Amino acid sequence: MHPLLTRRSYLGAYLAVWLPLACLLVFLIKVSGGIGILEATVVVVPMAVLFAAACLSAWYTCRATPLRSSGITRVFATHLVAAFILSFLWAQIGRVYAHALSTAPSFQGLDVRYEAHSAILIVSGVLLYLVNVGFFYVLIALEASRAAEARVLETSVLARDAELKALKAQVNPHFLFNSLNSISALTSSDPAKAREMCILLAEFLRMTLGLGEKSAIPFSEELSLVHRFLAIEKVRFGSRLNMTEDIAEDCKILLVPPLLLQPLIENAVTHGIANLPDGGSVRLAARCQAGRLSVLVENTFDAESTPSHRNGMGLQNVRQRLEARYPKQANMRVTADAARFQVSLSLPAEPQEEPWAEPKENLPATPKEVQR
Amino acid sequence: MNAVTEKNFGEKKLGALIVDDEELARQILRELLHAHPEIQILAECANGFEAVKAVAEHKPDLLFLDVQMPKLSGFDVLELIERDIAVIFVTAYDQYAMKAFEVQAVDYLLKPIGRERFEAALERATKRVGEKMPPAHDLAAASRPPQQYLERLVVRDGTRVTLIPTAKLDYVEAQDDYVALATHGAKHLKQQTIASIEAGLDPARFVRIHRSYIVNFERVVRIEPYGKDSRLAILADGTRLPVSRTGYARLKSLLDDRT
Repeated sequence: MHPLLTRRSYLGAYLAVWLPLACLLVFLIKVSGGIGILEATVVVVPMAVLFAAACLSAWYTCRATPLRSSGITRVFATHLVAAFILSFLWAQIGRVYAHALSTAPSFQGLDVRYEAHSAILIVSGVLLYLVNVGFFYVLIALEASRAAEARVLETSVLARDAELKALKAQVNPHFLFNSLNSISALTSSDPAKAREMCILLAEFLRMTLGLGEKSAIPFSEELSLVHRFLAIEKVRFGSRLNMTEDIAEDCKILLVPPLLLQPLIENAVTHGIANLPDGGSVRLAARCQAGRLSVLVENTFDAESTPSHRNGMGLQNVRQRLEARYPKQANMRVTADAARFQVSLSLPAEPQEEPWAEPKENLPATPKEVQR
Repeated sequence: MNAVTEKNFGEKKLGALIVDDEELARQILRELLHAHPEIQILAECANGFEAVKAVAEHKPDLLFLDVQMPKLSGFDVLELIERDIAVIFVTAYDQYAMKAFEVQAVDYLLKPIGRERFEAALERATKRVGEKMPPAHDLAAASRPPQQYLERLVVRDGTRVTLIPTAKLDYVEAQDDYVALATHGAKHLKQQTIASIEAGLDPARFVRIHRSYIVNFERVVRIEPYGKDSRLAILADGTRLPVSRTGYARLKSLLDDRT
């Protein structure tokens, strides 16, 4: 679609540029002699308006002969031919117009005087048309760069979305294979426990996969995911992993972005407990106060054997998602001393729309109930 | 079954160590080895420190070594023990480590461990008993993700293992087949070439200032001219290290990068 016809402000600007051009044309005709200023104005101004409209067609010729892919000769030939044809036709219309005017007594003989100036009109017509062509090429380039910018923006948004989805559905392969190894070991020594762990692992995977599509889940659901994760890790690490939990009951019905806690707990286990030969403890606490939910994940760790860069990924992901859901309203603080690593989150307490609705989750709330 | 035991009775049994921080993972290896009376489990270790001690004490022929363990990784353990032990690495998932094993033709098992793979790896490893393993540093270097440098170095003095974070390292000095790692006035000897140490250190923090010296850039307080064509680097604690002409050029370019 023609950009000048779709946007009014552009069309206004275009016509405004034609105003001085029309004046210039009047001046040209006047100084070439033999014609009065009134006559020149009466003839030229309507013709300038007509030509301004006609020149809009240059847009389509410019589009049809893009600078980059058409040869330079073709570009020149096309526009010159178009310019001459259009100017010639224009001058002919002018002649008819002048002829019609000359029938009026005050413009007698104008058709003859017009003939003397038709060459100037044709030449200026060609030049004006070519200026228009240049202008349209600039416009096309601007539109193209704007479109490219929009595309880049769109792709980056899509990439971030995809990344988020991937992260949500991500299961640490290390965790998965180690758990399978534990199950494999248990099949001979403790088949009942092996089965229990299979179920825990299946539930954990099912929940993680399901969370990818949701934008928010009840805190209690996130907790039950974390409980399964910890129950599985407890089988692997045995007495090395100790867990304490202190969750205020009123927090559990609040909505949180899915996989908010799980990466933090996973970090605490894989970078904290797993690096301690004698094990350590993970503490999870949550409070709801004055419209805000605060969560604390704390674990013992060995500052020297935990490379700082490994800790970054999961934490950064949580931070980004908090910022995406609660712009400037949530914060995350990470502190570490020689033996303790702490992550505290503070976010707006988001109540569920229907707090009385039955939870659709048919999985048991805590892994203890899995044991039969 | 009886015949097999009889047959092996006279032969020398192979001694094996199992090193893994997870009890259940050790249990699987124990079970799999149960079918091999020719292999005797000398000890099980739950971490790298225990492993280094047990190797010195039991002198095993064969080592099942988990890669991911607290404080000391499987690679660290390999660096700290004699190289004529046949090692079978065990890992759950570590794409870089797996690539390194393939490249260096080291036997490894993936968790969960299947019997077939186990038997194949064991057969290859028992043939290799007494042969030298590829240098642990090469293996560790190959298993590091690209653009990642050593965070710490491990050294052993007898059965005492010391971890030296690279940030605490002042300089490294080549001494024949060894390198001396200088940190806070103490020096720790390690059997490794200075070139392979240099390859593992972050080039933005450590500079090879001389054929025999690598210095921690942050420790250098000034450079003094010394004789013709050479200079001395003065460290914060007053240590004076020789700087060669190319070493000086390296120091200068690092300084330019930083400013």
